[in-house]
Amino acid sequence: MSVKQISVFLENRPGALCEMTKVLADEAIDMRAFSLAETSEFGIARILVKDVYKAVTVLKDADYITSVSEAVAVAIPDVPGGLHSVIKAVADAGINLEYMYCFLGGKSGKAFLVCKVADVAAAESALSAKGAVLVEQDELAEL
Amino acid sequence: MERYYQPEIETASREQIRAWQDERLVKQVKHVWDNVPYYRKKMEDAGVCPEDIKGVDDIRKLPFVTKADLREGYPYGLLAEDLKNCVRIQSTSGTTGKRVVAFYTQHDIDLWEDCCARAITAAGGTNEDVCQVSYGYGLFTGGPGLNGGSHKVGCLTIPTSSGNTERQIMFIRDLNTTILCCTPSYAAYLGETMKEMGLSPEEIPLKAGIFGAEAWSEAMRQDIQKTMGIKAYDIYGLTELSGPGVAFECSAQTGMHINEDHFIAEVIDPDTLEPVPDGTYGELVFTAITKEAFPLIRYRTRDIVKLSHEPCPCGRTHVKMSKPRGRSDDMLIIRGVNVFPSQIETVLLNKGYPANYQIVVDRVNNTDTLDVQVEMTPEMFTDNMGEIAARQKDIVDGLKSMLGLKAKVSLVAPKSIVRSEGKAVRVIDKRKI
Ligand SMILES: [Zn+2]
Repeated sequence: MSVKQISVFLENRPGALCEMTKVLADEAIDMRAFSLAETSEFGIARILVKDVYKAVTVLKDADYITSVSEAVAVAIPDVPGGLHSVIKAVADAGINLEYMYCFLGGKSGKAFLVCKVADVAAAESALSAKGAVLVEQDELAEL
Repeated sequence: MERYYQPEIETASREQIRAWQDERLVKQVKHVWDNVPYYRKKMEDAGVCPEDIKGVDDIRKLPFVTKADLREGYPYGLLAEDLKNCVRIQSTSGTTGKRVVAFYTQHDIDLWEDCCARAITAAGGTNEDVCQVSYGYGLFTGGPGLNGGSHKVGCLTIPTSSGNTERQIMFIRDLNTTILCCTPSYAAYLGETMKEMGLSPEEIPLKAGIFGAEAWSEAMRQDIQKTMGIKAYDIYGLTELSGPGVAFECSAQTGMHINEDHFIAEVIDPDTLEPVPDGTYGELVFTAITKEAFPLIRYRTRDIVKLSHEPCPCGRTHVKMSKPRGRSDDMLIIRGVNVFPSQIETVLLNKGYPANYQIVVDRVNNTDTLDVQVEMTPEMFTDNMGEIAARQKDIVDGLKSMLGLKAKVSLVAPKSIVRSEGKAVRVIDKRKI
């Protein structure tokens, strides 16, 4: 049920991010979600796209170092406490959340949460048990 | 039983060696004063004449000679003999600047070959050995030098020269080569090839190797020794001084004995030009006291070494020099600490990273800063920031223990380190800009 997240190594200097987004824009890669983590030394851009293979190829051709990993994407119920209910489901199952970020579905206008966990299957079954709506890689384009 | 090619010289008393040096230096200084206008001018400028030099104690009165002098004097400017007395030239590869052309009389060649013969004998060579010389022949001194030495020892000499690995291995196996002379990198390559062919060390007839002309590490020695089942000996020399054999390793493998009856060695601080004591690294300076055609006086080699006068178990009494640890041209002084790019490279290679790095030195608030930029590799990259930070810290720690300095390690994008003509620019010293 998971999504495939692409991580890209970036130098922490002015323009580094812009150069990467230009590569993706030039190749008309449609990003569904984007997040940037950084230290004073370097950064990691994390992106979700429909066509993972194409995006990785384009980035590699431009000499970027990438890695692809599984992440859990889940819809955030549009009610007060919606985010909390999702996070609580993961926490109650004793699963450690390494990091997370949110994005908005362009078509649905709904909010989604991407969670990075060590055990993707365990997180997904904990969320399903609580009635959460999980997103699959194939569904990314339709959100 | 340790064998010597010239036992009375190689095991002479320190007093005897000193007496030879005193006498030969005085004679050599007179020789260049009389025959080389370039030297005479340099000595006059320094306010020194031959009468001031009565022995080794006076050597520091003499001006240094550098590579720049050799370039300026090209081709005949430092020649000290009539050309009709010269029988050979050898030349450096000329990777930096103009070539250096060195001249030899027959006597010069004779003494040079003696030095090489001492090295081969120290590696266990006798007239029962088969010595394959896989150094290049021609202008390069490696082939001709070891070839001559091998003849003097009486080995059956196979002048294969470099290259054609298949033929090299064929001769080693068919003619039972026992001593191999080549560069350490070529030795490692030959060893790997023989291993791939399925040859065990027992099936390889070699027993010793004499490897020089480039820098190699102790780890590389161990590898070569294991793959081929041999003992690997280091040899040092410079075309400017004759060629290989200026210094050579003995069975103790703890440094190279300098042929002090032919060369006076000094080690100096490259900045103050003052001598440094035994055991301290500094720039190696040589004076050739027996050469006729091309005698260099106080030639700054740019090689950074340390000397040891400790008695050697092999019985030789000549001073030992360490493997050169780097070139003084490359040395950086950061917060008063001497740093060689090669040390940083060693840390990276030991930790399994490719040596794609650049060193940026700057001065911020009157303090030197050292920034080592390392190119990120796919193997090193993970989505986990903590893990990358830990790897970064691991490099910082490695540099700290190697250099005794806290360095900043920056991870940079692949292929971002500037390369000029295919060669990466390793050092950017902003303090000089
Ligand atoms: Zn010795």
